Amino acid sequence: MPDTPDPLVIGGRSFTSRLLVGTGKFASHAVMRDALDASGAEIVTVALRRVDLSRAGAGDVLDFVDPTRYLLLPNTSGATTAEEAVRLARLARAGGMPNFVKLEVTPDPRYLAPDPIETLRAAEMLVADGFIVLPYCSADPVLCRRLEEAGCATVMPLGSWIGSNKGLRTRDAVEIIIEQAGVPVVVDAGLGVPSDAAEAMEIGADAVLVNTAIAIAGDPVAMARAFALATLAGRLGYHAGRAAPRSDAEASSPLTGFLGQSSVGQPA
Amino acid sequence: MSVAAGRFAVELAALDASSLSAYSLTASDADIDRALGADHLDPRHVAALLSPAAAVRLEELATVAGDRTLQRFGRAVRLFAPLYISNECLSTCTYCGFAKDLDVVRLTLTPDEVEAEARLLADRGFRHLLLVSGEHRVAVSADYLTDVVRRVASVVPSVSVETQTWSDDTYSRLVAAGAEGVVHYQETYDRDRYAEVHVAGWKRDFDRRLTSTERAAESGIRRLGIGALLGLAPDWRADVLAVAAHASFLCRAYWRIDVTVALPRIKPCASGFQPVAAVDDASYVQALCALRLAAPDAGIVLSTREPAALRDGLVRIAVTHMSAGSSTEPGGYSHPGESQEQFAISDERTPAEVAAMLTAAGYEPVWKDSFPLLPA
Repeated sequence: MPDTPDPLVIGGRSFTSRLLVGTGKFASHAVMRDALDASGAEIVTVALRRVDLSRAGAGDVLDFVDPTRYLLLPNTSGATTAEEAVRLARLARAGGMPNFVKLEVTPDPRYLAPDPIETLRAAEMLVADGFIVLPYCSADPVLCRRLEEAGCATVMPLGSWIGSNKGLRTRDAVEIIIEQAGVPVVVDAGLGVPSDAAEAMEIGADAVLVNTAIAIAGDPVAMARAFALATLAGRLGYHAGRAAPRSDAEASSPLTGFLGQSSVGQPA
Repeated sequence: MSVAAGRFAVELAALDASSLSAYSLTASDADIDRALGADHLDPRHVAALLSPAAAVRLEELATVAGDRTLQRFGRAVRLFAPLYISNECLSTCTYCGFAKDLDVVRLTLTPDEVEAEARLLADRGFRHLLLVSGEHRVAVSADYLTDVVRRVASVVPSVSVETQTWSDDTYSRLVAAGAEGVVHYQETYDRDRYAEVHVAGWKRDFDRRLTSTERAAESGIRRLGIGALLGLAPDWRADVLAVAAHASFLCRAYWRIDVTVALPRIKPCASGFQPVAAVDDASYVQALCALRLAAPDAGIVLSTREPAALRDGLVRIAVTHMSAGSSTEPGGYSHPGESQEQFAISDERTPAEVAAMLTAAGYEPVWKDSFPLLPA
């Protein structure tokens, strides 16, 4: 796998891969481990509600994520209020996990839509407590500004609803967020196929986070590699500078090409 | 004193599940196509999926339902264990092994005994326990239940209760003690049949029971379990339609609540009750497919009432939550056979065996899916 042309820097740490992956919904921890490997990811998020520190060494999810290879990014999924998210993050830190936290406050169990108000409150509390905060949020340019002002290390607007595989439905808003952001923009949630990741990267996202599309693919390991390649392709395309799109054809031999030729169009 | 009808009771009356069930018997292939193509199913769509015409297309239904389950829940099945805390009961329900007038050994565990059972189940891997009791407001009082919830919540991160219905104040106390979920099956949504089988006691009040889910929801509980006991009422399709409508109502009315649904089938028990409607396995699978598509975000719970082969198959179609290695008698994990069970289980595999089956089938057995709700 070739390296991306420039490193991704989050919270003072530098990463080569711009694909972050989640660990939920896999058939087994062994399949997950192999998919993580194929993805080339360096940042792996784990739901704290699934972690059972009392079962360490007995098949818990953490036994399959090598902390020397990956930055383990604990997430607060399941939290419905700022206070719950903060408590979860502190439990993780007390349990020896990194002080990075993927903040998720999703009181709606159906769409797992992030609560903008509680997310911002939690971000303020966690930053004050010394955490490096990566908040999952709505694709809302003002909210992303506010999260950045609160001291978050990234913003992570959703492409579409978690697990929906619908792709970058929020593209117009994400473009504004990318234009305005002073921190890395990680498009999180809803990316269903590798071309969705490429699309997000082409418009200038700094990274993407993918879970469901890899976990429930027919071959999760192959899909992880496909997302890795697409993420890289999108980044390379972004740097290469795309040709502007046009709605009409541009003839390589223009009809008005004769204008300007010395024998035509000159006053007699 | 009877309780005023709640908000869903109004919707239930408007739903007219028996007319929809009658329509279901005439649904055409085109009706089924429309239902399978709909993003959001209305009650007529659900009725079409429950039709005899849809029964012929069961493999197609199962494929669509399985895809929906996989997308929403992934390759993962959540495991839990019921912890029976008491079989004492003041209600007479003709189908239940705990019914008041049955001459069976009665037992209510002390809080210490409940905690010991919880620790034993935690040692077997469980992190989600469902506390179950009969309806005896003296033996299983609000004070007692609050106490045992608090103790069990100190052992495992997820505690749910399946007991009698309670006042608003008691639901709030249970939440404050660390309860994550409340389960109240309506058993049947057919008011007339409900009155026939709930002969006496607190549970006889149809509206009290139906409205309790709403009151529990308003108390701040995070998960609500609802369901119907198939075989209790003659028209099983009407009950499935009502469960689907109930789940849909709860999701709309209480957007923070995680709803789970179940369709237990009547099992042999001390009551000697015989089902009035036989729901064969194919119809049962069809009902669960319809429920999955009607309520795509609802967890579907399947207990050890059902045999192993059926449970294993349904994981790939609709089921997302399973009990395993269950005992349905109070104290049955520490001292099996000393009390009366509520019903006979069918799947007698150990929790480890069920987990191994899930792994072999390509699913992750999820023991822990919660975090402690109360600060340590």
